[in-house]
Amino acid sequence: MPALPYVANAVISGTLTGIVYGLMALGLSAIFGVVRLVNFAHGELMTLAMYGAVGAFQGLALDPFLTMIAAAVVFGGFGYVLQRGFINRFIHRPEHLQMLLMIALAIIIGNGLLLAFGPDARSVQTSYQLDSFELGPLLVDKARVYAAVAAVVATALLAAFFRFTLTGKAIRACADNPIGARVAGLPVAHLYAVTFGLGAASVAVAGCAMVQLIDVTPGLGPGYTLLAFVIVIVGGLGSMVGALLGGLAIGVSEALAGLLITPSAKSMVSFGLLVVLLLVRPQGLMGPGRR
Amino acid sequence: MTSDRPADAGDRRRLAPITAFTVAVALLALPLVGSSYLVSVATLALYLAYVGQAWNVMMGFAGQLSLGHSLYVGLGAYVAAGIFVHFGVGPWAGLWLAVAICSAVGAFIGLLAFRLRISGVQLSLLTVAFAELARIGFDHLDWFGGPGGLFLRVADRNHIDLLGFRGPPAMYYYAMLALAAGALGLCAFLLRRRPGYYWRAIREDEIAAQALGIDTFRWKMLAVVLSSAMTAIAGVFFAFYNNSLFPEQIFGFGRSIEIILGPVIGGLGTLFGPVVGAVALVLLGDGTTEILAKAGVELPGARQVVHGLLLLLVTIYLPNGLWPPLARALGVRPRRL
Repeated sequence: MPALPYVANAVISGTLTGIVYGLMALGLSAIFGVVRLVNFAHGELMTLAMYGAVGAFQGLALDPFLTMIAAAVVFGGFGYVLQRGFINRFIHRPEHLQMLLMIALAIIIGNGLLLAFGPDARSVQTSYQLDSFELGPLLVDKARVYAAVAAVVATALLAAFFRFTLTGKAIRACADNPIGARVAGLPVAHLYAVTFGLGAASVAVAGCAMVQLIDVTPGLGPGYTLLAFVIVIVGGLGSMVGALLGGLAIGVSEALAGLLITPSAKSMVSFGLLVVLLLVRPQGLMGPGRR
Repeated sequence: MTSDRPADAGDRRRLAPITAFTVAVALLALPLVGSSYLVSVATLALYLAYVGQAWNVMMGFAGQLSLGHSLYVGLGAYVAAGIFVHFGVGPWAGLWLAVAICSAVGAFIGLLAFRLRISGVQLSLLTVAFAELARIGFDHLDWFGGPGGLFLRVADRNHIDLLGFRGPPAMYYYAMLALAAGALGLCAFLLRRRPGYYWRAIREDEIAAQALGIDTFRWKMLAVVLSSAMTAIAGVFFAFYNNSLFPEQIFGFGRSIEIILGPVIGGLGTLFGPVVGAVALVLLGDGTTEILAKAGVELPGARQVVHGLLLLLVTIYLPNGLWPPLARALGVRPRRL
């Protein structure tokens, strides 16, 4: 058993990473909760944003935290157009066809990145990359703290949007009852597109935060898509608070598993957790009562 | 359209047996006349047709979406290769063990999922989770070589050893051809019998099927166990054909997706869909890489991008796959079984 400061460090860094995970999963959860679309290209969208951040850093010397804002706008617009011009036409097709559509997009994005950038890992080296805050025996990476703060801000903005703006309220109405929303005259196609845009924007922001924590390779996508699913299932499909709590739970349990068992086994814990939850409580921790 | 004229349709109906005969002869003669590259590509196409057929039993016929079929390929491959490397037990004995273990694992997952009434997205995620658990688990199993891989002694290419399943590429080609044809025959047989009708009833409307007195649990279990057992055989083949196994490669999510591409592109739930889809994937995917290679460019990922585009176009424009229109052109009744 490692000494207590190590465990505390792992818990803190796991919590901070978990906040970023939460933001990533929030995008997936919003898209599923409102559009009822299982976004199998979620991890690939994040990888795309990470490459964007690396490109902006290397080409324009832009800090990923600045790229984040641009990425949110670009991905938001891209998501809106994608949903409005393309995915909306498939909304009434069977569920598995929609999944296949997103899988096709995922394959194209992931391997398109491989074509464009090659298989090598890329990263950003900011001046504060290796610095850390010292709190007594605890060492907390600066980059990780900043990433978590950015994720908290983005999450708060998203929550405020859904809670206080008319569009946000309309989107929630759509999620509750799509037919009722249509009857009440809400522009459902537009609202779906806004939701997909917001989901894409949050995963882009999460990607720009993530690029500070890990190296990016073209093959990251599927792993993070699955991780986002794990988080969202843990938290409950469609529940926003659940996605955040799920992110924290997965972040901390991964960090602890990496410390107590072995780093390569850390995702075993999340998939094990997914299996147990799917079997015992498929609606997730925060989901509504069963059927 | 002229194609709807009865005389024309009659001509085409006479065309079907001729086409079938030509295809059979071409397939049997291929290693005798084709280059070694052609044989290897054809083996890949047959392999994809076979695993696609196996997956199609579960999703295409019974409507249970698995996105983790790499689990059974990997497990089958590792079981047969493991006892071969460590105890010298040959592939024919290993095959039975692989099939037994994969059927048991399939039955276990099916039991959990269907008893707890898990379906749709949740079921597909459950299957992914088990495949991923196996991938990470095998990374930590030193007996199977861990992440460094498990290697089989490379075959003597000039000597045919049927007992040890070692020999020239043509032998593997004929083995895969026999497997693919066998799977096609088995599925054609099952679809005309009770299981086929029950599976399709479950796929279309499970509650209605239940109301008609079908024990849906039992028939879904049959689909999963049959599908996993068939996939296990593909795994054993893969091990002895490829001679090297890495958990990352064989259990990866991309592998599971590769398995489903063929049947989806060819036509989900059709008998010939997995075959047509596999041929289309290999022709377009490997064709592109080959053309690029001829032009002196090597682009990793190009083949997969082509696969992705093909999947995208088919899901948009031909949601029932390539087979139904192709079947009409060949004068065969394109049953969506």
